[in-house]
Amino acid sequence: MTLREIKELLDAEIVVGEDKLDLEIKTAFGADLMSDVLAFARSGCLLITGLSNPQAVRTAYALDIAGIVVCRGKALTDKFIDIAKELGIPILWTQFIMFEACGRLYREGITGCIREVLVEDKQRAQ
Amino acid sequence: MKASRVASARSWLRTSNVPSDEYLEGIYYVQGRDFVDAGIVSSEIKKNLKEKGIPESIIRKVAVVTFEAEVNIISYAEQGTIQYYVEPGSITIEAKDIGIGIEDIELAQQEGYSTADDSIREMGFGAGMGLANIRKYSDEFEITSVPKEGTYLRSTIYVNGK
Repeated sequence: MTLREIKELLDAEIVVGEDKLDLEIKTAFGADLMSDVLAFARSGCLLITGLSNPQAVRTAYALDIAGIVVCRGKALTDKFIDIAKELGIPILWTQFIMFEACGRLYREGITGCIREVLVEDKQRAQ
Repeated sequence: MKASRVASARSWLRTSNVPSDEYLEGIYYVQGRDFVDAGIVSSEIKKNLKEKGIPESIIRKVAVVTFEAEVNIISYAEQGTIQYYVEPGSITIEAKDIGIGIEDIELAQQEGYSTADDSIREMGFGAGMGLANIRKYSDEFEITSVPKEGTYLRSTIYVNGK
Protein backbone atom coordinates (compact mmCIF):
# COMPACT_ATOMS: atom_id res chain seq x y z
CA MET A 1 0.00 0.00 0.00
CA THR A 2 1.30 3.47 -0.78
CA LEU A 3 1.60 6.30 1.71
CA ARG A 4 -1.06 8.07 -0.37
CA GLU A 5 -3.51 5.19 0.17
CA ILE A 6 -2.67 5.16 3.88
CA LYS A 7 -3.36 8.88 4.04
CA GLU A 8 -6.83 8.32 2.52
CA LEU A 9 -7.55 5.32 4.72
CA LEU A 10 -6.71 7.21 7.90
CA ASP A 11 -8.31 10.45 6.77
CA ALA A 12 -4.92 11.94 7.52
CA GLU A 13 -3.06 15.10 6.64
CA ILE A 14 0.37 14.82 5.11
CA VAL A 15 2.42 17.22 7.24
CA VAL A 16 5.87 16.35 5.90
CA GLY A 17 6.77 14.36 2.78
CA GLU A 18 4.33 15.38 0.00
CA ASP A 19 6.98 14.11 -2.40
CA LYS A 20 7.01 10.65 -0.82
CA LEU A 21 3.34 9.73 -1.20
CA ASP A 22 4.19 6.97 -3.67
CA LEU A 23 6.34 5.19 -1.09
CA GLU A 24 5.31 1.55 -0.74
CA ILE A 25 4.54 0.35 2.81
CA LYS A 26 4.07 -3.30 3.75
CA THR A 27 4.54 -3.45 7.51
CA ALA A 28 3.96 -1.33 10.61
CA PHE A 29 4.73 -1.00 14.31
CA GLY A 30 2.62 0.84 16.87
CA ALA A 31 3.92 2.18 20.21
CA ASP A 32 4.33 5.32 22.28
CA LEU A 33 7.42 4.00 24.03
CA MET A 34 10.46 4.78 21.89
CA SER A 35 12.66 2.24 23.67
CA ASP A 36 10.26 -0.46 22.46
CA VAL A 37 10.38 0.95 18.95
CA LEU A 38 14.18 0.87 19.10
CA ALA A 39 14.05 -2.69 20.39
CA PHE A 40 11.49 -4.24 18.05
CA ALA A 41 10.65 -2.13 15.00
CA ARG A 42 12.22 -2.99 11.66
CA SER A 43 13.58 -0.81 8.90
CA GLY A 44 11.08 0.14 6.21
CA CYS A 45 8.02 -0.17 8.46
CA LEU A 46 5.48 2.54 9.25
CA LEU A 47 5.46 3.82 12.84
CA ILE A 48 2.07 4.58 14.39
CA THR A 49 2.51 6.58 17.57
CA GLY A 50 0.90 9.13 19.82
CA LEU A 51 4.27 10.62 20.69
CA SER A 52 4.73 13.80 18.69
CA ASN A 53 8.09 15.03 19.93
CA PRO A 54 11.53 15.22 18.27
CA GLN A 55 12.53 11.88 19.82
CA ALA A 56 9.88 10.05 17.78
CA VAL A 57 11.40 11.43 14.57
CA ARG A 58 14.95 10.69 15.67
CA THR A 59 13.93 7.15 16.62
CA ALA A 60 12.42 6.67 13.17
CA TYR A 61 15.60 8.00 11.60
CA ALA A 62 17.79 5.71 13.70
CA LEU A 63 15.97 2.63 12.36
CA ASP A 64 15.28 3.76 8.76
CA ILE A 65 11.55 3.69 9.45
CA ALA A 66 9.62 4.68 6.30
CA GLY A 67 7.27 7.16 7.92
CA ILE A 68 5.31 8.16 11.02
CA VAL A 69 1.57 8.31 11.56
CA VAL A 70 0.83 10.56 14.52
CA CYS A 71 -2.49 9.36 15.92
CA ARG A 72 -5.03 10.80 18.37
CA GLY A 73 -4.62 14.21 16.72
CA LYS A 74 -1.67 14.99 18.96
CA ALA A 75 -0.42 18.56 18.65
CA LEU A 76 2.62 18.95 16.41
CA THR A 77 5.30 21.49 17.28
CA ASP A 78 7.35 23.42 14.73
CA LYS A 79 10.42 21.68 16.11
CA PHE A 80 8.93 18.24 15.42
CA ILE A 81 8.06 19.23 11.84
CA ASP A 82 11.46 20.87 11.22
CA ILE A 83 13.35 17.77 12.37
CA ALA A 84 11.15 15.49 10.25
CA LYS A 85 11.93 17.67 7.23
CA GLU A 86 15.64 17.71 8.05
CA LEU A 87 15.81 13.93 8.44
CA GLY A 88 13.46 13.19 5.55
CA ILE A 89 10.79 11.33 7.55
CA PRO A 90 7.25 11.61 6.13
CA ILE A 91 4.62 12.54 8.73
CA LEU A 92 0.92 11.74 8.52
CA TRP A 93 -1.43 13.23 11.10
CA THR A 94 -4.76 11.61 11.99
CA GLN A 95 -7.48 12.06 14.58
CA PHE A 96 -7.97 8.30 14.83
CA ILE A 97 -6.88 6.57 18.00
CA MET A 98 -4.04 4.07 17.66
CA PHE A 99 -6.33 1.03 17.77
CA GLU A 100 -8.54 2.37 15.00
CA ALA A 101 -5.56 3.41 12.83
CA CYS A 102 -3.88 0.02 13.24
CA GLY A 103 -7.15 -1.84 12.59
CA ARG A 104 -7.83 0.02 9.36
CA LEU A 105 -4.30 -0.65 8.10
CA TYR A 106 -4.37 -4.31 9.08
CA ARG A 107 -7.72 -4.84 7.38
CA GLU A 108 -6.19 -3.57 4.16
CA GLY A 109 -3.20 -5.89 4.33
CA ILE A 110 -0.51 -4.07 6.33
CA THR A 111 1.03 -6.54 8.79
CA GLY A 112 3.14 -6.09 11.90
CA CYS A 113 6.86 -5.66 11.17
CA ILE A 114 7.27 -8.56 13.58
CA ARG A 115 4.32 -10.67 14.60
CA GLU A 116 5.32 -11.34 18.17
CA VAL A 117 8.34 -10.84 20.34
CA LEU A 118 10.40 -13.99 20.29
CA VAL A 119 13.17 -14.98 22.63
CA GLU A 120 15.70 -14.24 19.90
CA ASP A 121 14.26 -10.74 19.47
CA LYS A 122 15.01 -10.03 23.08
CA GLN A 123 18.48 -11.45 22.95
CA ARG A 124 19.78 -10.39 19.63
CA ALA A 125 19.00 -7.68 17.12
CA GLN A 126 18.73 -8.55 13.46
CA MET B 1 16.71 30.21 30.25
CA LYS B 2 15.73 27.14 28.33
CA ALA B 3 16.57 28.46 24.87
CA SER B 4 20.03 29.67 25.80
CA ARG B 5 20.79 26.40 27.53
CA VAL B 6 19.95 24.52 24.35
CA ALA B 7 22.06 26.94 22.33
CA SER B 8 25.05 26.43 24.60
CA ALA B 9 24.65 22.65 24.39
CA ARG B 10 24.51 23.00 20.62
CA SER B 11 27.70 25.02 20.54
CA TRP B 12 29.38 22.18 22.35
CA LEU B 13 28.17 19.68 19.84
CA ARG B 14 31.04 18.98 17.58
CA THR B 15 32.52 16.28 15.49
CA SER B 16 36.12 15.58 14.70
CA ASN B 17 36.10 13.41 11.65
CA VAL B 18 39.45 12.15 10.52
CA PRO B 19 39.37 12.34 6.73
CA SER B 20 40.40 8.80 6.09
CA ASP B 21 38.52 5.82 4.73
CA GLU B 22 40.47 3.56 7.07
CA TYR B 23 39.72 5.31 10.31
CA LEU B 24 36.79 7.46 11.34
CA GLU B 25 35.92 8.83 14.74
CA GLY B 26 33.88 11.49 16.42
CA ILE B 27 33.20 12.89 19.87
CA TYR B 28 30.06 14.66 21.04
CA TYR B 29 29.28 16.54 24.21
CA VAL B 30 25.94 15.70 25.87
CA GLN B 31 24.34 18.10 28.36
CA GLY B 32 22.39 16.50 31.20
CA ARG B 33 18.64 17.32 31.35
CA ASP B 34 18.69 18.70 27.80
CA PHE B 35 15.54 16.80 26.88
CA VAL B 36 14.72 18.91 23.83
CA ASP B 37 17.75 17.75 21.86
CA ALA B 38 17.80 14.12 23.01
CA GLY B 39 18.70 11.95 20.05
CA ILE B 40 20.59 14.61 18.13
CA VAL B 41 23.95 12.89 18.68
CA SER B 42 22.54 9.60 17.42
CA SER B 43 21.20 11.34 14.30
CA GLU B 44 24.52 13.12 13.66
CA ILE B 45 26.58 9.94 14.04
CA LYS B 46 24.21 8.13 11.71
CA LYS B 47 24.58 10.87 9.08
CA ASN B 48 28.37 10.62 9.31
CA LEU B 49 28.40 6.84 8.97
CA LYS B 50 25.99 6.91 6.02
CA GLU B 51 28.38 9.18 4.14
CA LYS B 52 31.11 6.58 4.61
CA GLY B 53 29.11 3.80 3.00
CA ILE B 54 28.96 1.56 6.06
CA PRO B 55 26.23 -1.13 5.71
CA GLU B 56 22.80 0.15 6.76
CA SER B 57 22.11 -2.72 9.15
CA ILE B 58 25.31 -1.87 11.06
CA ILE B 59 24.49 1.84 11.12
CA ARG B 60 21.06 1.05 12.58
CA LYS B 61 22.66 -0.82 15.47
CA VAL B 62 25.07 2.07 16.11
CA ALA B 63 22.17 4.54 15.95
CA VAL B 64 20.15 2.59 18.53
CA VAL B 65 23.10 2.16 20.90
CA THR B 66 24.06 5.85 20.72
CA PHE B 67 20.42 6.94 21.09
CA GLU B 68 19.90 4.95 24.28
CA ALA B 69 23.29 5.99 25.67
CA GLU B 70 22.50 9.62 24.92
CA VAL B 71 19.09 9.39 26.62
CA ASN B 72 20.80 7.85 29.67
CA ILE B 73 23.29 10.70 29.96
CA ILE B 74 20.58 13.35 29.52
CA SER B 75 18.34 11.58 32.03
CA TYR B 76 20.77 10.72 34.78
CA ALA B 77 24.01 12.67 34.42
CA GLU B 78 25.18 16.25 34.65
CA GLN B 79 27.16 15.97 31.46
CA GLY B 80 28.93 13.41 29.36
CA THR B 81 30.46 12.50 26.04
CA ILE B 82 29.68 9.99 23.34
CA GLN B 83 32.56 8.85 21.19
CA TYR B 84 32.72 6.43 18.31
CA TYR B 85 35.54 4.78 16.45
CA VAL B 86 35.26 2.96 13.17
CA GLU B 87 37.94 0.35 12.76
CA PRO B 88 38.35 -2.40 10.21
CA GLY B 89 35.76 -4.99 11.19
CA SER B 90 34.06 -3.12 14.02
CA ILE B 91 32.57 0.10 15.36
CA THR B 92 33.01 0.97 19.03
CA ILE B 93 30.88 3.44 20.97
CA GLU B 94 32.01 4.84 24.31
CA ALA B 95 29.68 6.83 26.55
CA LYS B 96 31.16 8.50 29.63
CA ASP B 97 29.39 10.74 32.09
CA ILE B 98 29.71 12.63 35.31
CA GLY B 99 26.58 12.05 37.34
CA ILE B 100 24.77 9.99 39.93
CA GLY B 101 26.11 6.71 38.56
CA ILE B 102 24.44 3.35 39.04
CA GLU B 103 24.19 1.66 42.44
CA ASP B 104 23.36 -1.83 41.22
CA ILE B 105 24.47 -2.44 37.63
CA GLU B 106 22.92 -5.87 37.37
CA LEU B 107 19.55 -4.57 38.47
CA ALA B 108 19.83 -1.61 36.08
CA GLN B 109 20.26 -3.98 33.14
CA GLN B 110 17.07 -5.86 33.93
CA GLU B 111 14.28 -5.10 31.50
CA GLY B 112 11.64 -3.00 33.16
CA TYR B 113 13.78 -1.70 36.02
CA SER B 114 13.78 2.08 35.96
CA THR B 115 14.37 5.10 38.15
CA ALA B 116 13.05 7.51 35.51
CA ASP B 117 11.01 10.61 36.30
CA ASP B 118 8.16 12.14 34.28
CA SER B 119 10.39 14.32 32.12
CA ILE B 120 12.13 11.18 30.85
CA ARG B 121 8.86 9.35 30.22
CA GLU B 122 7.47 12.31 28.28
CA MET B 123 10.32 11.81 25.80
CA GLY B 124 9.15 8.25 25.19
CA PHE B 125 11.85 6.66 27.32
CA GLY B 126 12.29 5.63 30.95
CA ALA B 127 10.64 2.22 30.85
CA GLY B 128 13.77 0.37 31.86
CA MET B 129 14.68 -0.82 28.38
CA GLY B 130 17.74 1.29 27.66
CA LEU B 131 20.63 -0.85 28.86
CA ALA B 132 18.86 -4.04 27.72
CA ASN B 133 18.54 -2.51 24.25
CA ILE B 134 22.19 -1.46 24.13
CA ARG B 135 23.20 -4.94 25.16
CA LYS B 136 20.93 -6.51 22.57
CA TYR B 137 22.44 -4.56 19.69
CA SER B 138 26.06 -4.99 20.84
CA ASP B 139 28.52 -7.75 20.02
CA GLU B 140 30.67 -6.69 22.96
CA PHE B 141 29.29 -4.75 25.90
CA GLU B 142 30.85 -3.37 29.04
CA ILE B 143 29.52 -1.06 31.73
CA THR B 144 31.11 0.21 34.90
CA SER B 145 29.90 2.84 37.30
CA VAL B 146 30.88 4.57 40.50
CA PRO B 147 27.84 5.83 42.43
CA LYS B 148 27.78 9.64 42.76
CA GLU B 149 30.65 9.92 40.26
CA GLY B 150 29.60 8.61 36.89
CA THR B 151 29.23 5.81 34.41
CA TYR B 152 31.33 4.36 31.59
CA LEU B 153 29.75 2.30 28.84
CA ARG B 154 31.40 0.64 25.86
CA SER B 155 29.65 -1.15 23.04
CA THR B 156 31.32 -2.79 20.05
CA ILE B 157 29.44 -3.82 16.94
CA TYR B 158 31.07 -6.15 14.43
CA VAL B 159 30.77 -4.96 10.87
CA ASN B 160 30.60 -8.43 9.36
CA GLY B 161 28.08 -9.57 12.01
CA LYS B 162 28.60 -12.56 14.23
